[in-house]
Amino acid sequence: MSGLIDLVAFGDAMARYEPVIGLETHVELGTNTKMFCGCPTTFGLEPNSAVCPVCLGLPGSLPVANRAAIEYTIRIGLALNCTIASWCRFARKNYFYPDMPKDFQISQYDEPLCTDGSLEVAVEGQKFRIGIERVHLEEDTGKSLHVGGATGRIHGADYSLVDYNRAGIPLVEVVTKPIPGTGALAPVVARAYVTELRDLLRALKVSDVRMEEGSLRCDVNTSLAPYGATQWGTRTETKNVNSLRSVERAVRFEIERQAAVLDAGGKVVQETRHFHEDSGTTTAGRSKEEAQDYRYFPEPDLVPVAPEASWVEEIRSSLPELPATRRARLQSEWGLSDLDMAALLNIGALDLVAATVAAGASAADARKWWLGELARHANSAGVELPELAITPAQVARVAALVQDRTLNDKLARQVIEAVLAGEGEPDQIVSAQGLAVVTDDGALTQTVESVIAANPEVADKIRAGKTPAVGALVGEVMKATRGRADAARARELILQRLTEGS
Amino acid sequence: MSHPTDLVRLTAAQTAAAVAAGEVSAVEVTQAHLDRIAAVDTDVHAFLHVAHDSALAAAAAVDRKRTAGEPLGPLAGVPLALKDVLTTADMPTTCGSKILENWRPPYDATVTRRLRQAGVVILGKTNMDEFAMGSSTENSAFGPSHNPWDLGRIPGGSSGGSSAAVASYQAPIGIGTDTGGSIRQPAAVCGIVGTKPTYGGSSRYGLVAFASSLDTPGPLARTVLDAALLHEAMSGHDPCDSTSVDAPVPPVVAAARQADVSGLRVGVVAEFGGDGYQPGVLARFAEAVELLESLGAKVFEVSCPHFKYALPVYYLIAPSECSSNLARFDAMRYGLRIGDDGQASADEVMSLTREQGFGAEVKRRIMLGTYALSSGYYDAYYGKAQQVRTLICRDFDAAFEQVDVLVSPTTPTTAFAIGERVDDPMAMYLADLCTIPSDLAGNAAISVPCGLASEDSLPVGLQIMSPVLADDRIYRVGAAVEAALEQRWGGPLLDQAQGLAQAEGGTR
Repeated sequence: MSGLIDLVAFGDAMARYEPVIGLETHVELGTNTKMFCGCPTTFGLEPNSAVCPVCLGLPGSLPVANRAAIEYTIRIGLALNCTIASWCRFARKNYFYPDMPKDFQISQYDEPLCTDGSLEVAVEGQKFRIGIERVHLEEDTGKSLHVGGATGRIHGADYSLVDYNRAGIPLVEVVTKPIPGTGALAPVVARAYVTELRDLLRALKVSDVRMEEGSLRCDVNTSLAPYGATQWGTRTETKNVNSLRSVERAVRFEIERQAAVLDAGGKVVQETRHFHEDSGTTTAGRSKEEAQDYRYFPEPDLVPVAPEASWVEEIRSSLPELPATRRARLQSEWGLSDLDMAALLNIGALDLVAATVAAGASAADARKWWLGELARHANSAGVELPELAITPAQVARVAALVQDRTLNDKLARQVIEAVLAGEGEPDQIVSAQGLAVVTDDGALTQTVESVIAANPEVADKIRAGKTPAVGALVGEVMKATRGRADAARARELILQRLTEGS
Repeated sequence: MSHPTDLVRLTAAQTAAAVAAGEVSAVEVTQAHLDRIAAVDTDVHAFLHVAHDSALAAAAAVDRKRTAGEPLGPLAGVPLALKDVLTTADMPTTCGSKILENWRPPYDATVTRRLRQAGVVILGKTNMDEFAMGSSTENSAFGPSHNPWDLGRIPGGSSGGSSAAVASYQAPIGIGTDTGGSIRQPAAVCGIVGTKPTYGGSSRYGLVAFASSLDTPGPLARTVLDAALLHEAMSGHDPCDSTSVDAPVPPVVAAARQADVSGLRVGVVAEFGGDGYQPGVLARFAEAVELLESLGAKVFEVSCPHFKYALPVYYLIAPSECSSNLARFDAMRYGLRIGDDGQASADEVMSLTREQGFGAEVKRRIMLGTYALSSGYYDAYYGKAQQVRTLICRDFDAAFEQVDVLVSPTTPTTAFAIGERVDDPMAMYLADLCTIPSDLAGNAAISVPCGLASEDSLPVGLQIMSPVLADDRIYRVGAAVEAALEQRWGGPLLDQAQGLAQAEGGTR
């Protein structure tokens, strides 16, 4: 597809044009029951098993709003520094589609529950304050599976299957204000915003935010204007961008595509665009002229939502520590520089290190293991750190074993490898494989004696005051003990034997 | 007492008392009504579905309870005609539309459930204008019902099946739904009693929506007391309907028994009268007002200047809501499906089904509403209509500061002939001129018979309106008027009905 589309190299595009981005993020809330009925929200149930007259939109059925979903939305709004409406209504968004049981979606239109907030993200040492336009509550649609046809869309399909389990699951939409001033960082800022929002939602415990299960979905708006232009360019809306990486790619691709259109003297068409995960490209969807008229009007089946100020304050006071605050706290507790902290965040090790520290390790040890040995393992296995088969508690135990000299670093690495290979807990592995450091001076002294005897030239150098040569003998001791010796103790014994005695 | 003809002429209160006393079994009462349906409904066409077996089973259950000495409710064993717009798990629910022909809901409406719990025997589902849009039942996909006073005339609508069933003694009570007058106008033209309770007083859960902010289920009966008993049995807060009022049901039965208007302030709505009103209707209405005064009420003329906008406001709001409410009939999940030949797209099947499944009036209103909600027109139509709706509510508020109840004719004319207005929607819409304001404001209103128009000897209804949640007042006034007039007439107005007697030939 991309072969048909002219692109301008990203750097060139950024030399001539200023991007403005915007994001609309849909999050499925983790309430036990659906937005307007008592059906469960469990993911992965038998299709059409979690349905009732209400979420199937059967004639005569009526919605009743889920108080927990309203509370979760307020929680999100407060965490995003929004104003919480004291009175607002649901609205009907009318359009026909087979996976929408009532052929309208209960949503919010001009009276969202939360408005005018912000979220700060840091990218490459710069901070960007992303304005939040609104946070509103709506119901999800069912899920269609279009069978046959080339595109996987309804047009051209042989037939379609619909699963209404998802219909009526509470969905929050977080809409940013337009984000100017990011320049060439636009794709990374977009990704950082979604990442930060995801972490925030997790911290708030309002959603499990599994992008791969579709519980967080993004629409990405992008526009370009020549530097110095007084007006922003025409924006496109790329729909259903469903991974962090794709968010970055989608913005980047749209910048490259729109720059080519503008370079050729053309005009960017205001339209929705489809994102293609495989190629990282977008293709045209509906244009503004074909856009549907949703005929929004206040939902007459529901009474207005009027959260009492005291309830909102109660929710505010129960908010957990938010990710940004936590990061600042941990950075200071661990005494890290901004650069150290950024390294930790980039590799996605913050929670792992925090949990390792919580399990008793020092921050330095926890960082050393996760950013060093374990990062190497993850990298060579092509997985993310949290996916490694080792727990922060196990890492903390290994660190403790090093701390009390049961293990040295080399042995510790062997233990970690064994844990990753599923051979058991660190202590089991140490005893089963006899990996503990030999700390018995009697045994060690014998080895030291024989090593000195076997290396008289080196021994003489040490005796002559060339202390650094002791390293060669320590190496020989380690070789003879197959790494199980406490190297520091061996060094002490060698020096004792060769210098003090003479 | 056990002669079937006598049993069908009992009021609901009398029937329940006789069943409770063991003078007659609920099964006998039910069988008598099923026989009556078999005898007259070919002519009246009140029912779309008669549930012989489940009705007799429900009656037998009441009889067992009585035999076991369990307490029976005030309507236990009383047969009822249920408008086919309320869902029933054991009967079809068609809403008078081809698009739902043979649809069997998997659940009971709250009203249905409450009736069953009260021991009410549901005889079947009654005819109606398609999706409750109409004033004559002529918009039913299954043919019109006929007025028992004159089978060539309409029984009103949209709850015309229920009003015809009650007026023709096929059931002592019936359930209707009122969106613009669909209970009160059929009651008026059939010479019976019909109430639109306060909006939210009776649950809409399981009422297939026409216009959500207006739809209100309510009772139809031959006496004010029966209407009150049914009103009480079907009402009350329902957690499944968030627009349901969480407040006690007003004391409507006590009020119907009180039947006293002395000292009550009655307002005559100045705007309802004059051109377009049948002289015989106005004459009977004037007499009713005089009667109230003679009974000790204080009568005032009250002006509600914005009521003249009620009809246009209604014809923007109701179609707007209906255009959205009826979108779900898309052939995808239930009901009619046209054109699914393996080739046609989902869009095409939706379009073909809606084209063939909906009648002309339903399509007209969907189009009106779609237009009124469209981008660029919303403010001028739907938005403006909502503003004027507020003004109408304020007219009521101002009026109820001066008076306790308002009165007007229920409908400008008596029952018109079947076919007379089918090609003139505007003329049809005018049938609801006096009833619409209470739907828009959500307050309670009742229609009680107040005599026959001299020019056609057809029944005229008196409408009594009360403030929101003061439903008891309309029963108090309605029962007083009923008692005084029956004394004047020497019996119920319905005794003077001729149409069905002719059709029945020698059976009576």
